[in-house]
Amino acid sequence: MKKAFSKVYLLLVFLFLYVPIVIMMALSFNASKSRAVWAGFSTKWYEELWRSASIMDAVKNTFTIALISSAAATVLGVLACIGIMAMSRRGKTVTMAVNNIPLLNADIVTGLSLMLTYVFFGISLGYGTIVFAHITFNVPYVILSVMPRLKNSSRSTYEAAMDLGASPVRAFFAVVMPEIMPGIVSGFLLSFSMSIDDFIITYFTKGAGVNTISTMIYTQVRRGIVPSMYALSTILFVLVMVLLLITNFAPAAKSRDDSKKGK
Amino acid sequence: MSDHLIDLVDISKSFDGQLVLDEMNLYIRENEFVTLLGPSGCGKTTTLRIIGGFETPDTGKVLFNGADITGLPAYKRQLNTVFQRYALFPHLTIAENIAFGLKIKKKSRDYIRDKIKYSLKLVNLEGYEDRMPDSLSGGQQQRIAIARAIVNEPKVLLLDEPLGALDLKLRQEMQYELIRLKNEIGITFIYVTHDQEEALTMSDTIVVMNQGYIQQIGTPEAIYNEPENAFVADFIGDSNILDGIMIQDRLVEILGTRMACVDAGFGLNKPVDVVIRPEDVELTGPGEGAMDGVVTSVIFKGVHYEMEVEANGFEWLVQSTHMHEVGAHVGLRVEPDNIQIMNKPESEDEKAVELDV
Repeated sequence: MKKAFSKVYLLLVFLFLYVPIVIMMALSFNASKSRAVWAGFSTKWYEELWRSASIMDAVKNTFTIALISSAAATVLGVLACIGIMAMSRRGKTVTMAVNNIPLLNADIVTGLSLMLTYVFFGISLGYGTIVFAHITFNVPYVILSVMPRLKNSSRSTYEAAMDLGASPVRAFFAVVMPEIMPGIVSGFLLSFSMSIDDFIITYFTKGAGVNTISTMIYTQVRRGIVPSMYALSTILFVLVMVLLLITNFAPAAKSRDDSKKGK
Repeated sequence: MSDHLIDLVDISKSFDGQLVLDEMNLYIRENEFVTLLGPSGCGKTTTLRIIGGFETPDTGKVLFNGADITGLPAYKRQLNTVFQRYALFPHLTIAENIAFGLKIKKKSRDYIRDKIKYSLKLVNLEGYEDRMPDSLSGGQQQRIAIARAIVNEPKVLLLDEPLGALDLKLRQEMQYELIRLKNEIGITFIYVTHDQEEALTMSDTIVVMNQGYIQQIGTPEAIYNEPENAFVADFIGDSNILDGIMIQDRLVEILGTRMACVDAGFGLNKPVDVVIRPEDVELTGPGEGAMDGVVTSVIFKGVHYEMEVEANGFEWLVQSTHMHEVGAHVGLRVEPDNIQIMNKPESEDEKAVELDV
């Protein structure tokens, strides 16, 4: 009885979470433009996406911005982690606390303040400002996923490498890097999906004429019912979900593998 | 011409305001097996890390062949370390692990291959080239760690409690292995351990440390038979440590009984610490020894029985191959040259142990 109840409850939770998305996905395959009538299965809205130059532009922007910003954030984040490791205990605590602020800060505040900063320094809004904004909010995610790895990585292998004649930089690349690689990968994937996913900060920091998938959907949908936007949203959802699945399962599988080997 | 390979001169080091080493002076000769021995927190590992270049002393100098290397980073020093937890690179094969240092020195492929073969043979692990570190047992991993260090032909091998994680049997095997290795490759070993038996078995010289101070430097025999203070006596093996009064040369009073000894030069009626090893206490019939006592406990230890004998208000630890029942009345006798007399510690620093006897 109790078990049945918990199953029903779980089902309800999932229903509330995913029914809206399923509806949107279904409508993206609806041959009719109507939101109420099912006129048969069709992929014409997806085909329409292909034909629209501005949409393809937005898709391209989304991916290049995500790629550049998450790559840059990964490098910066890893460097930051190395620096934080060298700090005193107190310094570490303070820095990690500061690192968490952007994560908890409302996106709209981050977006607005970034826009104001750009304007204040006379930087014209456009593709570049979006990239910078994305790097800004991605770095904390990288730090958050690399730091635990680095903390657990054994100091003695790093010292052993130096003992054998490797300079600190070489020792880092030869020994520490492989050890924290799962953290770096998941940090990168997490930033990548955060970047693809982001609407608010992008909306505030983009200039006229530059769009990503999410800002594109927003502007289009404001104008009226455009089923091709359902299609675009579906693509975005699937994309982010796949990325999240990779992020969550790749490191887990790796560490399971590790523990097996250890035995 | 001095034969010192390494000199530590007035080395002090503290962590977070806590003094770990206090103006330590020590020299190490070429081709010597030196063991730094002491309880945890005595500064032995810090000393090793300073020699290895992983810590910088607050004051003092490290000399290598007479040249100051205090500021030289670890990777430029002609020493190699075997770490406590092996510290093998988990993502590299055994061969790649061993080749790590040689590749950095840009040795030729053939040279590296020969060296890997030679070093694996040296540590009795031939044919392990392509295995991963995880697939090896603790003892095997430790041997690989040693192989990885010695292929670089260091002048000095630093070993930081390398056998600490191994079980007793393996540890004893590895001790002989290390002695053999040392003789075969003929380099200086600096070995850190808290295990007195390990130290006694392998070392040419033992440096007993406690609370940042060197307590005694000497051969294993000297450290065991003639401890300079109560700490050393207590730390190395089991001991009976008693308060005594040196009545005159070669005569000491312990627990109200005067006993002949062989030490001299302490002066008249001087309070001293007296060390008597449990295997040096002979049990006789009552009235036949220097004092009488009652056996209070007996434990069988394999090679001998360990008994506690209460005599003159002191609980004596006695080791003997002959068992005496609990409650038996016995006499205690000690040969004069088995009584070790030590000066009382002069400062608080030296009085490093609470004597729980």
